[in-house]
Amino acid sequence: MTDTLPAMRRRVPWLAATVFAVRSETQAARTIVLDVPGWPGHSAGQHVDVKLTAPDGYSAERSYSLAAPAAGTRLELTVQRVDDGEVSPYLVDELLPMDQLELRGPIGGWFTWHTDEPGPVLLVAGGSGIVPLMAMVRARAVAGSSAPFTLVYSVRGPADEYYAEELRAADIDVRFLHTRTGSPGRRIAAADLPDMVGARVYVCGPTGFVESVSELLLAAGHAPADIRTERFGPSGG
Amino acid sequence: MFVDGNAAAGPLAEALGIDLTTAVVTCAGCGVSGVFAETRVYDQGPGVVARCRSCEAVLIRLVRTATDAWLDLRGARSVRIPLAP
Repeated sequence: MTDTLPAMRRRVPWLAATVFAVRSETQAARTIVLDVPGWPGHSAGQHVDVKLTAPDGYSAERSYSLAAPAAGTRLELTVQRVDDGEVSPYLVDELLPMDQLELRGPIGGWFTWHTDEPGPVLLVAGGSGIVPLMAMVRARAVAGSSAPFTLVYSVRGPADEYYAEELRAADIDVRFLHTRTGSPGRRIAAADLPDMVGARVYVCGPTGFVESVSELLLAAGHAPADIRTERFGPSGG
Repeated sequence: MFVDGNAAAGPLAEALGIDLTTAVVTCAGCGVSGVFAETRVYDQGPGVVARCRSCEAVLIRLVRTATDAWLDLRGARSVRIPLAP
């Protein structure tokens, strides 16, 4: 035996996170600002897994997208409440500054945009699928990138918009699509998507939304290799 | 309802120590290749199942016990993992 055995490969470890602040985005969603000592940094579009453990040892894990570039060891998640969920009602309604939770990440290198990429970029968000795309919008602003960005944000109505003021003030092309304010409600359609064939496209939202938008994009002539998607299901709870 | 490989990236990184979302998986059934991020993932059962986007055959299964992660890769003819950062 020697005393220089190679270290075990370090897998993605659980890190202790302390809540620094919380702020409401809508009636059903809020942003949680966390301090995570040891945070290695992340790219726009990545997510984290959050683990909550009950006093009896039962634990539950959920994935949430990072909403902004990291500021040192400080990062932001935006969480939508799923009413019958196990985890999100606690995160949205009960979590307070100084509370602690466990977190691992950053996770996922595919659904990412890097600030040295010149664009153009088309972002298509369905509901809370805006969160990782907002991280891209914010990373672009922080980096001073001039990559042309267009965001199509499908959401039920104005009361359900996340980051509404910030998006309206951003120096990118933002198009809100309200699906439940008219009567009858409507779904995203070909005419809602700008003609940006050749752009890198990021689509995030519920599975049905992402499948619909992907079909529209392919029908409009976008190459499959230009389209990156992230689907979330009812599991978000 | 399915999600996609992005949703399974955490448990797989826990087991393997790598980000699998950018890996190219070739289906043992139909031979179609694609990044793991774009596979169909079913994660509401006791484990995680990733299926081929083209033929829907099972590519990868992951089950975690209290002490171990069990990974069944027999549905993948190959898994090509980028080594560059």
